[in-house]
Amino acid sequence: MIETNTAAAGTAPFAFTPENQAEARSILARYPKGREHSAALPLLDLAQRQQGYVDRSAMEAVAGLTGLAPIRILEVATFYTMFRHAPVGEHHFEVCTNISCWLRGSDEVLRALRDELGLDPGGKSDDGKFSVQECECLGACVNAPAVRVGDHYFEDLTYDNTVALIRKLRAGEKVVLGSQTGRVGSANAAGATALAGRAS
Amino acid sequence: MLQDKDRVFTNLYGFEDWHLAGARARGDWDNTKALLDKGREWIIEEMKASGLRGRGGAGFSAGLKWSFMPKTVGERPHYLLINADEGEPGTCKDRDIMRFDPHKLIEGCLVAGYAINAHVAYIYIRGEFVQEAIHLQTAIDEAYEAGLLGDNACGTGWKMDVYVHRGAGAYVCGEETALIQSLEGKKGQPRLKPPFPAGAGLYGCPSTVNNVETIANAPTILRRGASWYTSLGRENNHGTKIFCISGHVNQPCNVEEEMGIPLRELIEKHAGGVRGGWDNLLAVIPGGASVPLLPAALCADARMDYDGLRELRSGLGSGAVIVMDRSTDLVAAIARLSRFFAHESCGQCTPCREGTPWISKMMARMVTGDAEPGEIDVLEDVTRRMEGRTICALADAAAWPVQGLIRHFRPELERRIAARKDAPSSSAAAQ
Repeated sequence: MIETNTAAAGTAPFAFTPENQAEARSILARYPKGREHSAALPLLDLAQRQQGYVDRSAMEAVAGLTGLAPIRILEVATFYTMFRHAPVGEHHFEVCTNISCWLRGSDEVLRALRDELGLDPGGKSDDGKFSVQECECLGACVNAPAVRVGDHYFEDLTYDNTVALIRKLRAGEKVVLGSQTGRVGSANAAGATALAGRAS
Repeated sequence: MLQDKDRVFTNLYGFEDWHLAGARARGDWDNTKALLDKGREWIIEEMKASGLRGRGGAGFSAGLKWSFMPKTVGERPHYLLINADEGEPGTCKDRDIMRFDPHKLIEGCLVAGYAINAHVAYIYIRGEFVQEAIHLQTAIDEAYEAGLLGDNACGTGWKMDVYVHRGAGAYVCGEETALIQSLEGKKGQPRLKPPFPAGAGLYGCPSTVNNVETIANAPTILRRGASWYTSLGRENNHGTKIFCISGHVNQPCNVEEEMGIPLRELIEKHAGGVRGGWDNLLAVIPGGASVPLLPAALCADARMDYDGLRELRSGLGSGAVIVMDRSTDLVAAIARLSRFFAHESCGQCTPCREGTPWISKMMARMVTGDAEPGEIDVLEDVTRRMEGRTICALADAAAWPVQGLIRHFRPELERRIAARKDAPSSSAAAQ
């Protein structure tokens, strides 16, 4: 559901912070004059980064900057799956369950989240720290299974290393980004079969 | 096996520095001016002669596509649009180009932009690739700083600007007209062609849309010559391709190989072989989720190129090789793809909007055998009625994996239906 009346709920209408207003101007400058509507997606993303989700009030702010009618922004904001309309957890797990991840154990990743957090896809922990969602192909298929948490991917997951990852995030410890098994990129983990001379 | 000296993507694994200094050490941006000085005609002819075909899935000749752009710029500016909306299940190659070899793509933007008379390129990258977008932007900034882009790109007098535009989660935006709609700030809904983007693309202006891998190939092809590129692969299927080998192999990996490499050799040389050995292979999806699967019997000799896989009624697609061993519930695997296409249908065309969820529900029943034997034909028939009847190919992409399953594994579907009928059901138990 999209929050339609934030002001009535006692919160101020959405407004970009001064830093984000500057960022918005630099986004708008990427497109030709008169084509400001092209900035709709990046500006919605900027609003979501500021607020955690995009509600009606944020959509209106973006409509104002792009010159598009609010209904056009509503259409866009509800068409693309990355725009959220309600807050998610601080660590929002998007678990890829598409074919390559599923073949290599995305069910085990979901099981680890269930065991460790008591969360199934769609769930959010009471303390607001974690939430879980199923997602479509993340494009990290040879490092499957993979999840996306915020702006980062975590790859080559197993039940055990997913549990370890959750515990570190919960404790606020530093986590290793990307592969959880120490792989470099997408090379054969047993030894690169190409470009081996370049491996340091 | 392709030798390292013939690889285009020399930092595919990120073993080396991806910044400008590292890229230069690998030969990128090496006298790019000399390439542009040879002129547009030469660039386009050389690209045509190289036989490079679109690496995103459609396989259309890149040089030919460039030649469709108006020869002179009229009132409307030209645009180069890079399709970096990588989302075909099984595919993760453009990601590695962008995070580890971004300068190859950016140099390709200059070369292609010059060839098609475009001063502006937009790289439309899927929204989830945040880190990759950061690498790209960093590399673009480095290129401006070094005078490789900007008002006088590489000292050629040609003005070239490159911008990164992040999407926001919609598989269909990988379709070129949907990508254009999305870049204009709209819902990513494909539109009818013609007019093709070369006539009316972004903002109604002449535009060329190319995949990341296609464009990133261009500078190396132009430097080494079309004859080098055509020495790899075979007629109509030249050059190299990045394959993404995922699923039930011992060592999933990306690898650049010569076009036409036999599937078995690809899997065994680079991915450590099928889990449990070659005889444990059940099926392979050789070109991403949209193409029909190949049963094990067809896999050994399958040639991994456009024509080789078309002869087997499948396709090279994006080069995503999804391997499934005998432990796989193949019906569930295809049902998962059906669910994906239902989720990603943009909803414009009735056959796709209504057909993809219907197929998904039907496939869910096929997984458990909760169907009548005659419904297999009904399912097949519905996929035939979706094919070719929609604006874009998403409906076809949803239809083909199911058709492939029925073509090669109908007995398994029938077995499940029969097994369920034979099993003592709850109603039978109650009697």
